[in-house]
Amino acid sequence: MSSRRVRFTFPQKLIPIPVVYELGKKFEIVTNIRRADVREDMGWVVLELEGDEAEIKNGLEWVASTGVRIDPVVGDVVEG
Amino acid sequence: MSHVKSLRCRGCGSDYPVEPLNVCEFCFGPLEVSYDYDSIARSVTRESIEKGPATMWRYDDFLPVDRKDAVDMGTGFTPLVRAKNLGRMLGLDRLYIKNDAVNPTYSFKDRPVSVTTTKALEFEFEVLACVSTGNLMGSVAAHGARAGMKTIVFFPASLEKGKIVGAAVYGPTLVALEGTYDDANRFCSELADNNRWAFVNINMRPYYAEGSKTLGYEVVEQLGWKAPDHCVVPAASGELHTKIWKGIQEMTDVGLIDRANTKMHLAQPEGSSPIVEAFRMGSKQVRPVKPDTIAKSLAIGNPAAGPFALETLAATGGTAVAALEEEIEEGIRLLAETEGIFTETAGGVVISGLRRLVNEGKIGRDEVTVAYVTGNGFKTIEVVEGNVRPVHSAPNLDSFEAAMEAHGA
Repeated sequence: MSSRRVRFTFPQKLIPIPVVYELGKKFEIVTNIRRADVREDMGWVVLELEGDEAEIKNGLEWVASTGVRIDPVVGDVVEG
Repeated sequence: MSHVKSLRCRGCGSDYPVEPLNVCEFCFGPLEVSYDYDSIARSVTRESIEKGPATMWRYDDFLPVDRKDAVDMGTGFTPLVRAKNLGRMLGLDRLYIKNDAVNPTYSFKDRPVSVTTTKALEFEFEVLACVSTGNLMGSVAAHGARAGMKTIVFFPASLEKGKIVGAAVYGPTLVALEGTYDDANRFCSELADNNRWAFVNINMRPYYAEGSKTLGYEVVEQLGWKAPDHCVVPAASGELHTKIWKGIQEMTDVGLIDRANTKMHLAQPEGSSPIVEAFRMGSKQVRPVKPDTIAKSLAIGNPAAGPFALETLAATGGTAVAALEEEIEEGIRLLAETEGIFTETAGGVVISGLRRLVNEGKIGRDEVTVAYVTGNGFKTIEVVEGNVRPVHSAPNLDSFEAAMEAHGA
């Protein structure tokens, strides 16, 4: 089993879509939300994913294909 | 002596032991070093600081490591230059430039990296690492060399050769990462989780960030133990902006100065301005962007400390401004031609942002204003190459006079 901490950022048009629920249904992944902030024009969720490494990889590829942005929870680490 | 109490979550306030941790296990919020300010207040006076070394380490009571252990290359206590010429041009009578481009590896990054390298040795790490597009990797490579540590620096494979050479000379292992910046972010975050390395701005981030506070202390001391009315700071992750303010606040907290009513402004390039955009929208959250700017040292699309920079702006009455891409080079030239200081693109953003703040009436003529120049112009020389138009002349007077006339000189 592997785990991954990630942040999903939802553009306005995807806010009503239950992406986290679908992620848990479509893939063998346990989703554990730790923090979130959803507003009219933008939403983000910080969560932990648990599952097989390959399953997490496939799940994240599917999330990205929906238009949700995926980042490390620590933000960008490439610095000037 | 160190006055550190704990690491504290900036999200939920949970406390953690002083270890190489950067994320709260409960809410995944970022951790920050927490101090016993009563203890610091009993320990420091203006006189005790003034007797310290002429480096950032004179403020070690406010840092998470002792100066007797410091991996120190003489970083800090850089000039605070009264900028009369630039001030006259902009309409400011009391303008200062904090010239941090003169640090050992020519950028402010030597401050956080000096603290981090010292802490990494205390934690008995053998490997110092970072992922960078320039300034940070040069500083990490230099400090790693001085500390006798193995050093590994990652960078996007598309990075200009000059910037790679600036780190390579110190002898680190260089890793050129193929793919996008997002791929590099994700990969290096995973590497930091899975290796016992001191990744300076990932697992060591709480200590790394503290080094930037010294840019606040120094300005207060150099102004005669007074906080400025305005600071204008370049913003990438937003951390520098928040930490300079934290430094100024700490000086009031321990009684070294009476008050600080500083307005903390920040400047970003238009092509990478997620914090400015959130400020304009009145949002408390930062929407990530894909950077597209010549100011590579500020090209962070998903700024880790963005929400904290927004809090600092709100708490101090500061303003976030964006410099148009074409204004960045103008800012570099303006500073060079008026004050003889050659800054990299981030400084061009600051000078252009400063001009915008003055034009918008945010800064008054007689208010004490400090603009932070954080990197040396020789790091981004390609940006100003277009200005090189020499007068060509044969080595005789006739040719010289004709060439000068043709050139309009």
